[in-house]
Amino acid sequence: MGDCDVAVIGGGLVGGAVAFGLARLGRRVALLDEGDLAYRAARGNFALIWAQSKGLGLPEYGAWTARSAAAWPAFAAALHEVSGIDPGLHQPGGFHLLLGEGEYLRRGELLARLHNQPGMPEGGYRMVGREELAKLLPDIGPDVVGASYGPRDGQCNSLRLFRALHLALGRLGGAYLPAHGVQALRFRGGSFEIEASGRTIGAGQVVLAAGLGNAKLAPLVGLEAPVRPQRGQIVVTRRTARFLDHPTTTIRQTDEGGVMLGDSVEEAGFDNAVTLGPISAIARRAVRIFPRLGALPIARSWAALRVMSPDGFPIYQQSATCPGAFLATCHSGVTLAAAHALHLAPAIAAGRLPPELAVFGAERFHVSAAA
Amino acid sequence: MSETAELAVVGAGPAGLAAAALAAGFGLDVALIDEQPGPGGQIYRGIETSPHAPGTVLGEDYWYGARPVRAFRRSRVRYLPSTAAWSLDRERELGLLHAGQARTLAAKRVILATGAIERPIPIPGWSLPGVMTAGGAQILLKTAGMVPHSGTVLAGSGPLLWLLAWQIGRAGGKLDAILDTTPKSNWRRAWPHLPAFAVSPYALKGLRLRLAVGRRFRVVSGVVALAAEGQERIEAVRWQGADGSEGRLAVDTLLLHQGVVPETNLAMAAGVPHRWEETRLCFEPVLDAYGDTEVPGIAIAGDGGGILGAWAAEETGRLAAVAAIRALRPDAAEALRPVEARARRALAHVERGRAFLDALFRPAERFRIPEGETLACRCEEIAAGRVIEAASMATGPNQLKAYLRCGMGPCQGRMCGLTVTELMAKARGVSPAAVGHYRIRPPVKPLTVAELAGLPPDPVGEGAVNRD
Amino acid sequence: MFRRQPETAATLSILVDGKPIPARAGESVAAALLAAGLSAFRRSPVSGVPRGPYCLMGACYDCLVTIDGQPGRQACQVPVASGMRIETKP
Ligand SMILES: Cc1cc2nc3c(=O)[nH]c(=O)nc-3n(C[C@H](O)[C@@H](O)[C@H](O)COP(=O)(O)OP(=O)(O)OC[C@H]3O[C@@H](n4cnc5c(N)ncnc54)[C@H](O)[C@@H]3O)c2cc1C
Ligand SMILES: Cc1cc2nc3c(=O)[nH]c(=O)nc-3n(C[C@H](O)[C@H](O)[C@H](O)COP(=O)(O)OP(=O)(O)OC[C@H]3O[C@@H](n4cnc5c(N)ncnc54)[C@H](O)[C@@H]3O)c2cc1C
Ligand code: FES
Repeated sequence: MGDCDVAVIGGGLVGGAVAFGLARLGRRVALLDEGDLAYRAARGNFALIWAQSKGLGLPEYGAWTARSAAAWPAFAAALHEVSGIDPGLHQPGGFHLLLGEGEYLRRGELLARLHNQPGMPEGGYRMVGREELAKLLPDIGPDVVGASYGPRDGQCNSLRLFRALHLALGRLGGAYLPAHGVQALRFRGGSFEIEASGRTIGAGQVVLAAGLGNAKLAPLVGLEAPVRPQRGQIVVTRRTARFLDHPTTTIRQTDEGGVMLGDSVEEAGFDNAVTLGPISAIARRAVRIFPRLGALPIARSWAALRVMSPDGFPIYQQSATCPGAFLATCHSGVTLAAAHALHLAPAIAAGRLPPELAVFGAERFHVSAAA
Repeated sequence: MSETAELAVVGAGPAGLAAAALAAGFGLDVALIDEQPGPGGQIYRGIETSPHAPGTVLGEDYWYGARPVRAFRRSRVRYLPSTAAWSLDRERELGLLHAGQARTLAAKRVILATGAIERPIPIPGWSLPGVMTAGGAQILLKTAGMVPHSGTVLAGSGPLLWLLAWQIGRAGGKLDAILDTTPKSNWRRAWPHLPAFAVSPYALKGLRLRLAVGRRFRVVSGVVALAAEGQERIEAVRWQGADGSEGRLAVDTLLLHQGVVPETNLAMAAGVPHRWEETRLCFEPVLDAYGDTEVPGIAIAGDGGGILGAWAAEETGRLAAVAAIRALRPDAAEALRPVEARARRALAHVERGRAFLDALFRPAERFRIPEGETLACRCEEIAAGRVIEAASMATGPNQLKAYLRCGMGPCQGRMCGLTVTELMAKARGVSPAAVGHYRIRPPVKPLTVAELAGLPPDPVGEGAVNRD
Repeated sequence: MFRRQPETAATLSILVDGKPIPARAGESVAAALLAAGLSAFRRSPVSGVPRGPYCLMGACYDCLVTIDGQPGRQACQVPVASGMRIETKP
């Protein structure tokens, strides 16, 4: 194994989805990843496919997200077929549950502003009062006044998604290479040389999908990725009888039966330790929303680092100086996995990003810096 | 506001009791936390409430425990029994749970004396009801006066196996057979350490015990394969001898043992670095001569720092206390010198002979690294074969956990961690050190959502969660 | 099978799946159940096979039962109390 058509650097969900998409098109793909203890959001996320709240300030992002949500069933089916593993897609529409009138009003205003932007797809959300909500989610506590509802929203089993992507790549003739952290990356004579784990791999194209690692790699091939870590903590209970048929932004029941309670948003640098303040706040909010959760034993908690750009929107870019080098990063790699596999990968294979992705270029950060 | 202590000691076994009592004697404000209702740890479990008359059944090494317990009872230690420590962070804040109430305790120094757990014994059928650990049977004996009286086989290897058999005999219980899995080849490796062992405090005792057990119960040695059979619970145990002979006994109880390994979950959750120890085949925390870890202010004493036994645990407990006292009471340095010297001498004495025991009772690979359908992870029911199959693709045990869910159940890897690391190492032809272990996260002891919710709110936590 | 030694007779009673069984103050719920001849306490949430106590020291989580209405408690870590209600799923 020396050379490949495309080297995808970073084996998280962004890299995994792009690699799968490329391999489906017949490209020989190597997916290079670091070792066991790395910053890897793909192993620590909340597994929502979430559209209702995406795109304020950039309606193109709202549209891209909606497109991915719509592509998820086809993506899940293709992945299941190739890998033999069911990523557990469940897309019945999702709720953001609101505690108190203040939260309800603010949410309503926020979503109205977001969805009134020109270019946002139609029918992206609806506010739901307590009475209607209680029929769908009978276990809500007295403090829940209502919810916003997103018809495109759903969930998956993101660990099975993760494994399925790696397995599928192998079945399609690609290679997932753990313990291949990329140390050096060079553009030479129209192709790329990648040094990882003491060997050099040649590639015609390279896709940087290294999450937080992109910040360092990008400048090597004329790209940029001003991303920073943003910590999120999650608590999960032991398995319990099914009681929740819809995903919600902070509480969802997995297909194995455990209930995930999420997820904090914290600026804590590269510290991915669990801290008691946020996880107890998560627990408090959860028992106000569904009092029955109180009795459940916790299986564990964890913290993982989201990959955030300065404005929170994805960065998709192709290198002007090193043709064939691309970069992809976002903070919702589950949601966007379908778009990455079915839309972004074909564009990369064709050698250029389509015009509708131009707004996601990193140049946008220069503009705002100058302004 | 968090409760505070100058020194928090977790675990009231020999190590924790000695550490706490010594530190309190030097005027430190010490909190001693243990999830058990009474002091004693594993070895002296139930010593204040045991149904047995003092001096009987359990043997003199057990009743010796009354001494450290009495010394501790006389000290000014703030004792928090029936209290589980479910979290510890690098800033030395502990999460505690007592009677359904969670709270935090912040300490200037922490000594973890959480002891050992039994090494998993992943044989076919080991998750059937009726299959238990030898240590578990011993707990029943110590705390409830219960003994096996029929249909019971004890199998495995290690000093504790023989101790339990001896105690069961003294208590009038019955074992249908003892299946000794100690590999004969271990003698070759243990041999060079025999002279040191012969003059150690363990030699004579061990020999006497072994002979007494042999007189009382049927012992089958050289067992190379074991399996528990049954549908809804264990119905029989089947074994194979080194000579190819086979045996089967109908039983309702099978007691397994192949040594103990450090209980590392709380230390790992706090980020204490651990390394693979090749003779003892487990992960041990990286410690200095006082038991201090690489995390400032957190030390480890007793078997949690590496298995040395109860006598050594008392001494390593004292040494950890010496370092804590010296850090918090610089004036005491002079007075501590003889205390430390005594502890070091005693430790050297009881460390003698350990190398022999470690080599002799090193469990065989066939009882550590299962194959095929045998469960590696009991909680999530992941067979060894599936681990091997996924091993080549995973970055390591943490990715494997994400792939297969092994280690994600309530035991948090206590029952499968070592097995999965060794399985991966074997499948890849590398050392377990290169494979590493599961990352451990709180809570390391059971806690409900409501209990976690009961911690007092802090603005940082609230702000990170309640947002529009 | 385990048997209590004569001198350690039971002193109180707990309700296991509605039936009273004897127990001795100071012992765990798991000990009382084992003394009554019960070795399967629950069904595994994955495949539904029966499970029972393995370690008796709080490490394996195979002894989980419902105690006084609270599910998922470790029978080996909870001391018995007079009148305690235990539910198993053998
Ligand atoms: C089941 C079992 C039985 C044993 N029996 C014997 C024996 O009979 N003879 C012998 O020589 N050796 C025995 N050992 C070996 C044992 O390790 C002893 O060497 C000795 O008890 C070690 O002392 P220690 O102080 O290090 O820890 P331990 O005596 O193990 O004490 C640790 C204490 O910490 C508590 N603890 C652990 N984690 C937490 C937490 N997170 N929160 C609150 N409390 C916690 C435990 O409840 C325990 O009381 C046994 C080991 C086991 C596992
Ligand atoms: C708490 C939390 C909750 C989340 N919830 C959701 C959700 O509900 N829905 C959703 O859509 N998204 C969610 N996300 C985000 C989602 O997990 C990520 O977007 C997703 O994992 C994709 O990120 P990534 O692939 O860019 O980065 P990662 O998953 O972090 O992967 C980056 C990979 O690159 C590797 N790497 C880094 N440097 C190098 C190098 N030099 N060489 C080789 N490899 C390298 C890393 O080891 C890693 O494997 C959540 C994230 C967090 C943290
Ligand atoms: S028997 Fe192992 S936790 Fe109770």
